[in-house]
Amino acid sequence: MSDMLLEVDDLRVTFPTRTGLVQAVRGVSFSLGRERLGIVGESGSGKSQTGRAIMGLTPPQAEVSAKKLAFDGIDLLSVSPRQRRSLRGNRIAMILQDPKYSLDPVMTIGRQIVETLRTHEKVSKAEARERALAMLQAVQIRDPARVFDLYPHEVSGGMGQRAMIAMMLVTGPELMIADEPTSALDVTVQLDVLKILDKLVAERGMGLIFISHDLRLVSSFCDRVVVMYAGKVVEQIKASELRDAQHPYTRGLLNCMPRIGFERHPLPVLDRKPEWAA
Amino acid sequence: MSVADNQPATAGRGSDRAVAFASSIGRFLVIAVTTYLGLLAVTFFIGRVIPIDPVLAVLGDRAPTAVVERTRREMGLDLPWIEQFYIYVKSALRGDFGTSVLTTNPVMSDIRRVFPATIELATLGTLIGAIIGVPLGVLAAVKRGSLIDQIARIVGLIGYSVPIFWLGLLGLVLFYAKLQWIAFPARLDVVYEYTFTPITGFYLLDSAIQGQWDVFHDAWRHIVLPAALLGYLSLAYISRMTRSFMLNELAQEYIVAARAKGLSETRIIWGHALRNAAVPMVTVIALSYANLLEGSVLTETVFSWPGIGLYITNSLQNADMNAVLGGTIAIGSVFIAINLLSDLLYRLLDPRTKAG
Amino acid sequence: MSAETIQSRRAWLLSDRPASRLQARLGRAYVSWRRFSANRLALVGMLIIIALVVVAAFADVLAPYSATVGDLKNARLLAPSAEHWFGTDDLGRDIYSRIVYGARWTLYVVILVAIIAAPIGLLVGTVAGYAGGWTDTILMRITDIFLAFPKLVLALAFVAALGPGIENAVLAIAITSWPPYARIARAETLTVRNSDYIKAVQLMGASPFRIVLRHIMPLCISSLIIRVTLDMAGIILTAAGLGFLGLGAQPPLPEWGAMIASGRRFILDQWWVAAAPGAAILIVSLGFNLLGDGLRDALDPRSGDQ
Repeated sequence: MSDMLLEVDDLRVTFPTRTGLVQAVRGVSFSLGRERLGIVGESGSGKSQTGRAIMGLTPPQAEVSAKKLAFDGIDLLSVSPRQRRSLRGNRIAMILQDPKYSLDPVMTIGRQIVETLRTHEKVSKAEARERALAMLQAVQIRDPARVFDLYPHEVSGGMGQRAMIAMMLVTGPELMIADEPTSALDVTVQLDVLKILDKLVAERGMGLIFISHDLRLVSSFCDRVVVMYAGKVVEQIKASELRDAQHPYTRGLLNCMPRIGFERHPLPVLDRKPEWAA
Repeated sequence: MSVADNQPATAGRGSDRAVAFASSIGRFLVIAVTTYLGLLAVTFFIGRVIPIDPVLAVLGDRAPTAVVERTRREMGLDLPWIEQFYIYVKSALRGDFGTSVLTTNPVMSDIRRVFPATIELATLGTLIGAIIGVPLGVLAAVKRGSLIDQIARIVGLIGYSVPIFWLGLLGLVLFYAKLQWIAFPARLDVVYEYTFTPITGFYLLDSAIQGQWDVFHDAWRHIVLPAALLGYLSLAYISRMTRSFMLNELAQEYIVAARAKGLSETRIIWGHALRNAAVPMVTVIALSYANLLEGSVLTETVFSWPGIGLYITNSLQNADMNAVLGGTIAIGSVFIAINLLSDLLYRLLDPRTKAG
Repeated sequence: MSAETIQSRRAWLLSDRPASRLQARLGRAYVSWRRFSANRLALVGMLIIIALVVVAAFADVLAPYSATVGDLKNARLLAPSAEHWFGTDDLGRDIYSRIVYGARWTLYVVILVAIIAAPIGLLVGTVAGYAGGWTDTILMRITDIFLAFPKLVLALAFVAALGPGIENAVLAIAITSWPPYARIARAETLTVRNSDYIKAVQLMGASPFRIVLRHIMPLCISSLIIRVTLDMAGIILTAAGLGFLGLGAQPPLPEWGAMIASGRRFILDQWWVAAAPGAAILIVSLGFNLLGDGLRDALDPRSGDQ
């Protein structure tokens, strides 16, 4: 029990819309230890909403229910909003997709990192600054003191995302949810950022939920993969056994990946069958 | 790791920045100069081109012929228009708008005398509008669709729709005649008019500096209703714009990130969303201030407030064109200046535009 | 009409594959109408404006008394009563009747200003946007200069030079209110100027004049209508302000702003003389504001919550 960091059982997220209720997440279950779990799916599969529901960041009009949603034995659905907030950014953190939009444009990078720290820990300004600089160093920014005083628009996308990682890791969380952390980045820096993230997660023994549409990336990065389709989990599988995936949807996703030296005609198209969503 | 990626994007671009800064200053000056020339061209057009005989427009039709002829030469009306305009601009830049028929003073000295009253009124009005309007707009955006949002919306809509001079008259009936909470329409009671010596021309400030609290109290009783009315107009505008900016900011990804950091809603709203919204808000508050200078024309008439607005309307009623146009240029200049300054301020406040 | 035919008509209107241009147009109009009519405040605004038009059209029927000739001997400054709903003014005229006739002058002002200012703005904006280059720079500089002026004060100065009167007030307001329309028209023009269908028309040898007139201007109309509707309240308030200062409509015209001015002398004792016309101005401006907001939300979903 104690080594289970996160337990999710029958998680549902429902949005009221003009035409009735829409379930974005429809009974998702999985559990997570101090390991790296990938959640893969197309856009609209509910993977991002799953991540946000764990964080407690679903929009106010949405309704979240689950048989069990527990972090380190704490029932997330019954704790007070205050307690929930004290977990966020402290023990559970999240990295968003695009640093261009997810960093506050009118606050320097340093202040944003210090802000996370001082929200959760009583530390002096000087100490907070020291730790923020150390964190910037840890995400392999060479001139932390300079970057500390820069505004988000003054750095590149790759550096912005490293600043974002620093901002979220500075409190030493146990669980990290990374929602498409490299999709908005230039291909050449994607791998750098991923390596940094991977290294930090491994060093600190954190749990990681890596949300992506990119099955190849996820399979090379994670220990386990959850494949989602239309708000449901269609398959859970070890990354190493992905080649033997049973579900036709997973196989479809795999087949979409280009391989060198193979004739690709006709181009494979993803099969989508309504009964998988049923 | 690629080296390029590890360099801050703006490194080694100092000279580019200087060039961009210089060019934006240059652009700014071009805009300032052309706008001001435009204002003078329009008032020139109004004063010299539209009237059949500008001399009569200035002097009235009862002036003796000799005076009319002399004035005609003085005004340079025998010269070609372009030359007239050149002379007009030159004298306007020197602050020479001619003499007021009504007060027999140079228009410029009249304007200097009455302008502080208007500034005092408009400043107080904008303060009221911003102090109430910004929090109201923020609350309306945060609690979108709630009762407070509805109230803010209705308060705003009425503010956009009400004739201010009418509201002022009704206010006088209620607060002056019926409740006697405020003083009669003027700037000070007659008793103080002669005993009080202004320093800056802002009576609230002057009386406070000199410790004359009875004067301060009297000045307050005179200014409170007109200022509250102008404040209401400004509140309607400011709260509506604040709401719209805040809704825009609250939908941004950095708000999600701030929540993910575990910040409190208070901190997210006032520390992040409003800080971002503050950048365009500065423009809005400045524009609202400029609008109040203009709105003062009607308000001052209702409250017999001896500012530039009352000066213009009194001159209008007496066909004193020099004074009317001088007053128009004065308000127009301040209006343009505020517009331009708010633009500059916007650039200074937003780190993203610092590079030009 | 049975529920079924209503259902099928709705389906026809909302069809994804309209069979004719008419069906597509009606369908779009229907969707806009549904969005508009879901907004109750906008409907209230529309009702107010319809009421204004009806009152103006049937003023002769609706007004029990003359708007200009009063009963000086017996009916001076009477308080509101069953006989004179809003009381009478200092010349013994029935205020209710004057307000009813005043609706005509309010409509007169807003319609004339719209007819003068909107086409000027449309022309300046589309020409600037389509021509580009120096034409654009110069036209837009002029527009910005006008935008930077205080409108009411400038209108005041214009009327002072032209002489008081409702026509001159209209002219002065129109001269100061076209610049925002030019801005909007230019922005719309820029978004379509480089589109493929404009290129196609160019290739077919259409003259720039024809392109601007037939292909660009129609596209600017809807955003222009929204903006003009939103400006109506401001126009009414400016016109009333000019009337209040004695620069707009001249006595004995029953213009609402001028009526407030004449009621000002009796405000402390006979407050109703000024109260009623002011309330009329407030209601009509509110109507235009509500309608304008509703139109913007329905026709221009992008700016939904501004």
